[in-house]
Amino acid sequence: MTTATKEYWRWKEYNWHDENIDPKGAETITAGVDIGSVSSQAVVMVNGQLYAYSNMRTGSDSPDSARNAMNWALEDTGLTLDDIHYTVGTGYGRVNVPFANRAITEIACHARGGNSMYGPTVRTILDMGGQDCKAIHCDEKGKVTNFLMNDKCAAGTGRGMEVFADLLNVSIEDVGDMSLDVDEEPEPVSSTCVVFAKSEASSLLREGWSTKRVLAAYCSAMAHRVVSLLERIGVEKDFAITGGIAKNSGVVTRLEKELGLVSLKSKYDTQIAGGLGAALFAKALVEKQRQKGG
Amino acid sequence: MKANYGYLDGSGEYFITIDTDLCIECTHRACVEACPEGMFEIITDDYDDEVAAIKEEHRKKVKYDCGACKPTTDRPPLPCVVACPPGAITHSW
Repeated sequence: MTTATKEYWRWKEYNWHDENIDPKGAETITAGVDIGSVSSQAVVMVNGQLYAYSNMRTGSDSPDSARNAMNWALEDTGLTLDDIHYTVGTGYGRVNVPFANRAITEIACHARGGNSMYGPTVRTILDMGGQDCKAIHCDEKGKVTNFLMNDKCAAGTGRGMEVFADLLNVSIEDVGDMSLDVDEEPEPVSSTCVVFAKSEASSLLREGWSTKRVLAAYCSAMAHRVVSLLERIGVEKDFAITGGIAKNSGVVTRLEKELGLVSLKSKYDTQIAGGLGAALFAKALVEKQRQKGG
Repeated sequence: MKANYGYLDGSGEYFITIDTDLCIECTHRACVEACPEGMFEIITDDYDDEVAAIKEEHRKKVKYDCGACKPTTDRPPLPCVVACPPGAITHSW
């Protein structure tokens, strides 16, 4: 017997391109491919302007994920991989992007992308990724001045949130808003381990806690955990959040409350920050190469 | 740039910080040889600077790999810190 089960953790994958830009004959077409542990993004820039991107789940094979993300970003654009002058790979799978000219860490790329998305005043960037969390300080040019990364466990990461969405049968995209719909803020669950947090949540459900209350306790734990990470490098205005968790209003609201700061908002998808930064690095590198006559 | 290598877990915060702005001026790079666990390496970073870094395989277990240099009593100066004339290396614990 087979049973159809809903995958509550599954978020929407999509691609986009700007129809107002004609890339044919452009002087510089660059790309950034961010192969994360959970999601992959390919970002294409035409003469330094954001032109196209895709955002999809990372598969079991990083080179395939890179190819799939890039092909999807280029879909219906009339461009092919051969039209791209320079590609930078980033993310944990950055060395496995077969068509990349160079690999650059996601820390540097998030700082550069964050600078572009939120403007030159941004100084602290928190990247809440699929399986790690990065606190980054940068200067007005988007160059990293201080960073700290925690990838030792899944607590405080997107994957941890996916585990909770599945446990509570709540779509990952609804978790944030539902967690805010509580009369009183509960005590956070364990913030040091997703496995402990999950078993604690199961106990709370058995005690009669509502789904919304358990979600509030988890979002609160996640916010608390990343605050301690941010405090190590010092939070400076202006502050921005990138990565998938930036779309979770429950975590963002609680984080802002703990920090006493309101995070900057952007018209761009927060998940493309790394890929955008990589594409900007690619533009700078191809221009440098041309100056050298390469 | 202050590069923090390590982690934060239920038992505490374990980070080795390398100030690359200070490190870049150093010509000795003695930290690589000074560490008995061989945790340091010289890399070309994202901004094309040659600086010291903690090797990837040590980053998630610095608490344990640094253990021999950090006895609970009579702790001597850390070899990596002593070997760094610009004072670029600090430990959080």
